[in-house]
Amino acid sequence: MQNLLSIITFTPLVAAAILALVMRRGTDETRRNARWFALTATSATFLISLFLFFGYDPAKTGFQFVEDKDWIFGLHYKVGVDGISVLFVMLITFLMPITILSAWKNDRRVKEYMTAFLVLEGLMLGTFTALDIVLFYVFFEASLIPMFLIIGVWGGPNRVYATFKFFLYTFAGSVLMLVGLAAMYIEGGTTDIPALMNHQFSTDAMTVLGIPVPGGVQTLLFLAFFLSFAVKIPMWPVHTWLPDAHVQAPTAGSVDLAAILLKVGGYGFLRFSLPMFPVGSEMMSEIVLWLSVISIVWASLVALMQTDMKKLIAYSSIAHMGYVTMGIFTFNQQGIDGAIFQMIGHGFTSSALFLGVGVIYDRMHTREISAFGGLQKRMPVYAGVFLFFTMANIALPGTPGFVGEFLTLTGAFQAHTWVAMVATTGVILSAAYSLWLFARVFTGPMVKEALKTVLDLDLREKAMLYPLIAVTLLLGLYPAIATDIISPTVAELVSNYHASLSAVAGQ
Amino acid sequence: MTSADFSTIVPEFLLALFAMGSLVFGVLAGQDKVARTLTWVTVGVYVVFGVWIGFGVPGGETAFGGMFIDDAFARFVKALALFSAAGVLAISVDYMERRGLLRFEFPVLVTLCVIGMMMMVSAGDLMALYMGLELMSLALYVVAALRRDSSKSSEAGLKYFVLGSLASGILLYGASLVYGFAGSTRFEDIITVVVSGHLPVGLLFGMIFMLAGLAFKISAVPFHMWTPDVYEGSPTPVTAFFATAPKVAAMALIARLMFGAFGQVTADWTQVIAVIAILSMLVGAIGGIAQRNIKRLMAYSSITHMGFAMLGLLAADANGVQATLEYMSIYVVMNIGVFAFILSMERDGQPVTDIATMNMFARHQPLKSVALLVLFFSLAGVPPMLGFFAKFVVLKSAIEGGYAWAAVMGVIASVIAAFYYLRIVYYMYFGKEGDLLDTRMPMAQWALMMGSAAVVLLGAFDLMGLDTGAQMAAAALVH
Repeated sequence: MQNLLSIITFTPLVAAAILALVMRRGTDETRRNARWFALTATSATFLISLFLFFGYDPAKTGFQFVEDKDWIFGLHYKVGVDGISVLFVMLITFLMPITILSAWKNDRRVKEYMTAFLVLEGLMLGTFTALDIVLFYVFFEASLIPMFLIIGVWGGPNRVYATFKFFLYTFAGSVLMLVGLAAMYIEGGTTDIPALMNHQFSTDAMTVLGIPVPGGVQTLLFLAFFLSFAVKIPMWPVHTWLPDAHVQAPTAGSVDLAAILLKVGGYGFLRFSLPMFPVGSEMMSEIVLWLSVISIVWASLVALMQTDMKKLIAYSSIAHMGYVTMGIFTFNQQGIDGAIFQMIGHGFTSSALFLGVGVIYDRMHTREISAFGGLQKRMPVYAGVFLFFTMANIALPGTPGFVGEFLTLTGAFQAHTWVAMVATTGVILSAAYSLWLFARVFTGPMVKEALKTVLDLDLREKAMLYPLIAVTLLLGLYPAIATDIISPTVAELVSNYHASLSAVAGQ
Repeated sequence: MTSADFSTIVPEFLLALFAMGSLVFGVLAGQDKVARTLTWVTVGVYVVFGVWIGFGVPGGETAFGGMFIDDAFARFVKALALFSAAGVLAISVDYMERRGLLRFEFPVLVTLCVIGMMMMVSAGDLMALYMGLELMSLALYVVAALRRDSSKSSEAGLKYFVLGSLASGILLYGASLVYGFAGSTRFEDIITVVVSGHLPVGLLFGMIFMLAGLAFKISAVPFHMWTPDVYEGSPTPVTAFFATAPKVAAMALIARLMFGAFGQVTADWTQVIAVIAILSMLVGAIGGIAQRNIKRLMAYSSITHMGFAMLGLLAADANGVQATLEYMSIYVVMNIGVFAFILSMERDGQPVTDIATMNMFARHQPLKSVALLVLFFSLAGVPPMLGFFAKFVVLKSAIEGGYAWAAVMGVIASVIAAFYYLRIVYYMYFGKEGDLLDTRMPMAQWALMMGSAAVVLLGAFDLMGLDTGAQMAAAALVH
């Protein structure tokens, strides 16, 4: 199919438009219709995206399913996928029906809620498939709007602060990228991503405001993009928006935030920073590696001390994303393979954990860890599911986290032994906070009166969580299903990277 | 006056006849009773003229020995000014009628103002420039004080008059210096005085003074002080008018003067414009944060936007002018949409301007809220709305002109300004329950608000010829 990617991207957007403009609001029946409509639309998108998954040829490097059309202001609407982005597309389309299911119980402005998620899905798909820098930026920034509303309208008590912080942090991070994009357009003469990947951006040293900048334009562009992606992924010290946003966001919003939105940061490094600014990346890699390590250790330590379950998982996300940035900036095959795998695996694991917190939040209306204890007596199935994902979060062998962390640490060990050594402590710390969380919530005597009547998972909740268990096991036990797709593209990325570095050095 | 000269200025001539005719008609026909009809007729006339000028055969001719230029640039700006004036009149009728403000003089004055704009964007000579500018300004002074019995409105009119006259004086002084040192008032003669190298100091002074006078008209920093007060004091329809057509015309005049008369020494004026642009963006962004009154907020918003529009001129080439024209077009569309809503903001039949009155607007008026959401995010420059593309093209021009630092300041300003646009969204979507705004909204306001929101959103798919039009216009201006 020629327009497969556009169909995948625009199915949710068209569905959102239909939902917003055509369907009436107000009655119970229309609420039910809105939910079913959104579930149908997201499921249909997932089914269509299966064509992409099975149609993608992993043996070939370069972009596949490319579409290129003229767009406004002399720009191009160009989309396509390669081994890096195709799995993210699948991650999004797989998770969205689950997100919709988790939002099922919400009764407040259902139509708008469903519309926001559909818009978000379309925009995120566009972000990962865009092959034009301006198109990428459009999708990237536009996805702030639905998330701003999801947190702000349907969030917790302190939602306004959290959503403003989320929006302004991300917006501030990414506007410099906009200046960078314009500069790339002028220097490269095009907005086409594949063409810009082959373009050699100038590395002549220059001075800005009296400060000498080695690496010149490449370093400046790298920094402009770095700020944006570092905020998004998020990396210490610009991570503080994430715990706030997660705590205040509704469960479904947290799932999308952790599983999908954060991944844009890592994807951005791989799509822009490494291939387009190799000299800038190489020069800054030492700093980025250490920032990653700080993210891992710092966020893990902070996670240990959290009293709110969601905040704990949010900090654990920051730690896991630390492995991603560390893997990417090792610039070797294992590191980058592992980083991508870690992102995909974390997408499933963290969303399952947030869904799990949502399950008891729906019942008890609190997320305070101290409000629970001994839950496994009343909710054995739920305890089992949560234990499974706790193990996945610890990165036990057999779960995708193990593959991802092992590969990134292997890569880091080759690139920078000290970094790898310090980062490894994060593995232990993640076991500590995850197991301690499980112990406090599920084991021990059940002393809280309120918990004694609580019910185990219902059918809807099983329908959300069981597919995630299946995928997690699949990726953990048979990682080749993903790495076979990732590796060829990464191999090319790595060899191009080192080739252009030595080309610059040879000048 | 030869017949060739006459045929070039037919639109202006006919519009002037129309203004005079409607004045006579208004006086004879019992004054304000016909005001409503007259306003709608004026709207129709503007639209017809706009289509005629905008889509007519491009002239590229000059009249009166080069004093009047009728090129694609002038036509583009004239059409834009006419359409935006028509839009503002259309959203104003109901508001003014209900407040007893709808006098038949209002459409007449607006028409005179529009003729002034058409004159000034076609100016090929310092005298013609000044005539057009003064015709526009005089009409604006009067409409700002349209509500005679309100002290705020009178104050606004007087303030604008005093400061505006000062600015005109500065402009005139600059023009006389330019004339003195160049020996001619015609742009095409001035440009030949300096073909290369730097301007003589006298000409430089003249140019700066003229730029200062014009910067006042687009309310660029540091000549912006009047803007918030005048925006707040004037009747809201007049504020809407201030924010749109005169800004377009004055911005076009800056481009016309700089490229027409000083096109050979771009380095001398781009640095001045860069400073003005940066200050405007930052002051507009920071000043708007504290505003609770939506009219004052829109005043600061327009200051920021003028700064952005000027970034386009920094490239000093056709692409840059094209970017500025596109920016102004998109800016006008967004402002008409937002002002259509501001004009409908009422509580118990009384107009309100506090942004907190929009509390929970979204729950009760979901469709209007979505339209406003689109418009405000577009003003903030968030994609996929057109406001983002407008920003992108001007930023690109600024970098192309070697003013990357101006572009960086611009994006910083846009983050700061995003805060106050977001705050409006915040009130609409997550505010507290309280007294609600009235739901009443006349057809014309509703249609223009929805229309501009749709344009801003769907424009991301197709610009409907805006870029080709702007490209032709820019090519005509920059040789």
